[in-house]
Amino acid sequence: MFAPDNTLIEIRDLRFAWGANGVPVLNVPELIVAAGESLFLHGPSGCGKTTLLNLIGGVLEPQGGRITVLGHDLKKISSAARDALRADQIGFVFQQFNLVPYLSVIDNVTLPARFSAARRARIEKDGEGLAQAAQAVLQRLGMEAARHQSVTALSVGQQQRVALARALLGAPAMIIADEPTSALDTDRRDEFVALLFQAAAAAGSSVVMVSHDREMGERFDRVVDLRDINRVGGQV
Amino acid sequence: MRLAWLSLLNRRMTVGLTILSIACSVMLLLGVERVRQESRESFLSTVSGTDLVVGARSGGPQLLLQAVFNIGFPTQNLSRVSYAMVGEDRRVQWIIPLSMGDMHRGYRVVGTTTAFRDHYRFARDQGLQLAQGNWFADEHQAVLGADVARELDYSLGQSIVVSHGAGEISFVHHDEHPFRVSGVLAPTGTPVDRAVLVSLAGVDAMHADFVGAAEHEYDVTDPLAAAMAAAAVRQASHDHDHSDDHDHVHDEHCNHGHHEGTGSLSAMLVGLTDRAAALSVQRMINTYDGEALTAVMPGVALQELWSVLGVVERVLLFLGGFVVVVGLLGMLSNLLSTLDQRRREMAILRSVGARPRHLLALLVAESFWVSAIGAIVGLVLLSAVMLIGAPILEAHYGLHFALTWPTTNEWALLAAIVLTGTLVGLIPGWRASRQALVDGLTPRI
Repeated sequence: MFAPDNTLIEIRDLRFAWGANGVPVLNVPELIVAAGESLFLHGPSGCGKTTLLNLIGGVLEPQGGRITVLGHDLKKISSAARDALRADQIGFVFQQFNLVPYLSVIDNVTLPARFSAARRARIEKDGEGLAQAAQAVLQRLGMEAARHQSVTALSVGQQQRVALARALLGAPAMIIADEPTSALDTDRRDEFVALLFQAAAAAGSSVVMVSHDREMGERFDRVVDLRDINRVGGQV
Repeated sequence: MRLAWLSLLNRRMTVGLTILSIACSVMLLLGVERVRQESRESFLSTVSGTDLVVGARSGGPQLLLQAVFNIGFPTQNLSRVSYAMVGEDRRVQWIIPLSMGDMHRGYRVVGTTTAFRDHYRFARDQGLQLAQGNWFADEHQAVLGADVARELDYSLGQSIVVSHGAGEISFVHHDEHPFRVSGVLAPTGTPVDRAVLVSLAGVDAMHADFVGAAEHEYDVTDPLAAAMAAAAVRQASHDHDHSDDHDHVHDEHCNHGHHEGTGSLSAMLVGLTDRAAALSVQRMINTYDGEALTAVMPGVALQELWSVLGVVERVLLFLGGFVVVVGLLGMLSNLLSTLDQRRREMAILRSVGARPRHLLALLVAESFWVSAIGAIVGLVLLSAVMLIGAPILEAHYGLHFALTWPTTNEWALLAAIVLTGTLVGLIPGWRASRQALVDGLTPRI
């Protein structure tokens, strides 16, 4: 599943602006994340962190430069292939409201497997059924009891854990977490990050997290300030 | 798609209302369609068994309406000679003579013979049945249609007085010749239910008595009527083959275009030994030299009638269809307006790997469910309404509605509605997928 050159993400001369002649948001000469490496990307709000994640996820297209994810040059593959790559290899956790309100916990967790044959295949290779795998990952995150509850009845911390379980199901190559803890208090935040690392290690997924909160950086292999690599940085 | 289903359940309140509005529009459309079909069938069943309707020269639909459906009165008569002429033809199996022109409290009085009892058929070869009593045996007895007996609350032995003329309210009554109710017919779902049947002899006797008693009154109180009557006599003596003075005197005073003495009839229903002979018998009657006659085949005349009423039907169907369109537009606006609130949901689906076409499929599936459920609920509502409303319609309009499984025509309509509804879902679906591309994984709200 991993790219031959063993890089998770390779970004070169990336330029992005909203709209055709809009304000430039990103100008990143180089950013490379190796497989297995965990990256903490921080910077103040509005410096382009989320935009960068959207670019890596392949839902936004850069005006210039190259983004390679697991050896696939995003510019060279079709949007459908980008969608497939995202579904197969990336698990997302966002700040808040990660869950589909009308689905139960277990249905939310199994959602990616509905769209990604590769994730389903990985689950089945482990000899598990979809529900079984979902249950296992929920258990690891201490959310097993809530599996048939309505997600709207959960606390924010619980919702984030369900989102994490969903991101991890089917062992994608990386977890991209965008300010996953900003809605949590400090205790919950540390607990969540600990769980994130533990579960990601168990699934064999790399972690890329962006946050304005520098404190969390200590657990990561690499900490990067987006302003240091982004030439536009600080202007927006 | 289960996702679509659950998503709809999540918004069950507004979705429910949308479904209800579609259901109501479907009910209306199917209702119009069904009334159309049933009224056709009802009309057709009324003349089942009759091969030809014969009357004085007039248009086919007009003759049919007058003779069979009791709508309007014939303006001209046909003579007994014609009656005999048609009866003599060996291809003719039976004739039901009809003499109209009098009313009883708003119900039509029809003079006929026992041929009516023996040969009149409705609704696929059903014959007339008496609910109580007997058929008229002499000129003083009358048989009531089911509705007449029920609405006027008449029972056997009741004495009734017939009013002269076609109006609902008449000031001239045949008081001198009352009839006695001898029998009541079982309901038929045809205009017979709203008729009073008497013998031809009864009609004759009634008018004979009338002449003696009312002649003087007429001449004095209404010079115009007298003048008109005189004019009619001149015409009548040209056109008709009257044999006795009594008829002339009678005709002078009741030129309603109906029965006189042993003479004229309003119309007759003819049954043939062989239905295939209908065309040639029709031609024979239409080209008869003795009198200007029209013979029509009920089926053909009905077709003519429908082609006239077809415009109204099409307008109704169009309106029904339009209401369905309004219902579907309601669904569209509902889906579109909730789309903004669902941007987060769409982004989540995108982040877990849904492609824009998945979002499109989601919304199309939702609109499919909404329109399909709407169609089914509409069908159920219609059935319920018909179950409740059928007796009322039958009582008031003689239209018989059976609770039937939808016809292929109706299935086609339903399928078209569901298909259109599903296609309507493409619009919000397309918007959702466009929006998802712009929003990316994090909707900017």
